[in-house]
Amino acid sequence: MSAELPPGVPAPPTGPGALERHLRQRRDAGAKLLVPYVTGGLGADWVDAVRAAADAGADAVEVGIPFSDPVMDGPVIQQASDQALHAGATPVSVLESLRRADVGVPLVVMTYYNLCFHMGHERFAASLAEAGVRAAILPDLPLEEVGPWAGAADAAGVETVLLAAPTAPDERLPRICTRARGFVYAVGLLGVTGERAELAESATVIAARLKAVTDKPVLIGVGVSNAEQAVQACAVADGVVVGSAVVRRLLEGEGPEGVAAFLRGIRHALDATS
Amino acid sequence: MSLPEPSIDGRFGEFGGRFVPETLVPACQELEEAFRHAWADPAFHDELDALLRDYAGRPSPLTECHRLSEALGVRVLLKREDLNHTGSHKINNVLGQALLARRMGKTRLVAETGAGQHGVATATAAALLGLECLVYMGEVDMERQALNVFRMRLLGAEVRPAVTGSRTLKDAINEAMRDWVATVGGTHYCLGSVMGPHPYPWMVRELHTVIGTEARAQCEALLGGAPDVVTACVGGGSNAIGIFSGFVGTPAELVGVEPAGGAAIARGVPGVVHGSKSFLLQDEFGQVNEAHSISAGLDYPGIGPEHSHLATIGRARYVSVTDAEVVEAFQLLSRTEGIIPALEPAHALAWIARDRASLAGRTVLVNLSGRGDKDVAQMMDVLG
Ligand SMILES: Cc1ncc(COP(=O)(O)O)c(C=O)c1O
Repeated sequence: MSAELPPGVPAPPTGPGALERHLRQRRDAGAKLLVPYVTGGLGADWVDAVRAAADAGADAVEVGIPFSDPVMDGPVIQQASDQALHAGATPVSVLESLRRADVGVPLVVMTYYNLCFHMGHERFAASLAEAGVRAAILPDLPLEEVGPWAGAADAAGVETVLLAAPTAPDERLPRICTRARGFVYAVGLLGVTGERAELAESATVIAARLKAVTDKPVLIGVGVSNAEQAVQACAVADGVVVGSAVVRRLLEGEGPEGVAAFLRGIRHALDATS
Repeated sequence: MSLPEPSIDGRFGEFGGRFVPETLVPACQELEEAFRHAWADPAFHDELDALLRDYAGRPSPLTECHRLSEALGVRVLLKREDLNHTGSHKINNVLGQALLARRMGKTRLVAETGAGQHGVATATAAALLGLECLVYMGEVDMERQALNVFRMRLLGAEVRPAVTGSRTLKDAINEAMRDWVATVGGTHYCLGSVMGPHPYPWMVRELHTVIGTEARAQCEALLGGAPDVVTACVGGGSNAIGIFSGFVGTPAELVGVEPAGGAAIARGVPGVVHGSKSFLLQDEFGQVNEAHSISAGLDYPGIGPEHSHLATIGRARYVSVTDAEVVEAFQLLSRTEGIIPALEPAHALAWIARDRASLAGRTVLVNLSGRGDKDVAQMMDVLG
């Protein structure tokens, strides 16, 4: 199924990339997908936290490159970004750490478009590839603007994950899914990242709408806060992205062990359902 | 000739665009559509023009500054946006957007504000039209513009501090965008300058062309043509583009004046933040730098995309002045003309004063974008 893309947006390469193949394989083997998020440069042991997440059963790990003005992020990830920036984190330092990290599962970078634009699309794509990063998520780069970056990323073998939000009219979703690589990121609620007491109803609604138009992996992110919510989300979605709940634990000093214990709980709950 | 519409993808040359979270894309598309319809609808113009006339007090006068002109050796004319209701040009944009919001069935306005003038204008329009209103303002700005915080609250708006980053305008915009992401169904984001994602830079410009249109006719009557130079201060650039719009088709030189600590054109490079591509102060990695200006309304590291375009093609030029020069100019206009300007337009006056040698004998039209009442308390501290 391939929908028409906006002007200037190149068709994606035919066939899935390495991240998507990995996630499909896991899904087709019956697993629900768990992708935790860690802010790059947060504390001296953030790379250990990434490894701990992988060891605890993450199927891929999303690493944030901190940006000065994170408009899609709520207070927890804002604070983490601020701390990391104050500690001197840069795109170069975060990627250099990842290059040496040997995490064992695919890595995905999440950051804001200006860092990519400033470095230059080709250079940014090349530096992700050199660091062993499989995919990128740029939440302020929607489908209509993704063309120049996506072209460079495709050429470098970096998969560009696209977000799909509850506000999208039906005809928009197939276009997003056609261009999305790696997985489709279903935005679980109207709002920015952050933990919520309950999983928003909109989460499974958007996931179901996406599942109806794509067979790419569909992961719900934004507002997935614990094992119970992850299980609810995965009743419809192929998996979840868990961000603020992980980062809060790091901010509160629980360290890699705390992250691992939390994620093992989610992994266990997800495995119990599948 | 007037300023052209941006391209279908919201570009002025290479600048502009719509770099927003996916959640907001449909809202931006809907807004573009709604504005396009409203702007082509004579009934919308009738309603807006009536409000601008009977409520905001337009047209604003053109004032010739005899004593200031004599002091500087430059003939200075002021477009008196300071005399509008709420004390600045911001009301032009806000009345238009509030009417549009109502037309779109939105019941709540969210806005950012720096100096508080846009926040006060938004709170005013919300009160007038019976809309709910929430204004984000940097914590630093709430302190230095405490009077405007009180005014907004008096008008029935909620004012919420932005407590991250530099705690100024840039951070207030971040908070307003985060709010909009969460409330997009019933809320209109009433952005206060010619920046943000398409259609804002275009829509806000159109709502301010009234300044340029009036000024052009007033100059025709007074001078029999255009002035030699048209100048305005530039934060995001709404008052500047408003007055420039009336003179792009004339030989007049167009000069935008930025604060030295927020000179996006002089010291920035192209970047993307707050929804559009434009010149932006940033570090070697693309992290957005904090601006530093005595004027809360200009304390912003970016600039509206159309200004980046006008600078690139050379149709306008952009200069900067220091806080000290601004303080001088603030006092100069007060003493020579009996007009206390806001610190923002005092930037444009400061440039004329500094460059008076090269401007000698020429006629300069200044957009006096706001009055200085809001700045008096701050200047009491500065001047001791
Ligand atoms: C009086 C006045 N002039 C100018 C500005 C700057 O805005 P812009 O550059 O959009 O005209 C402000 C902003 O607060 C203002 O209050």
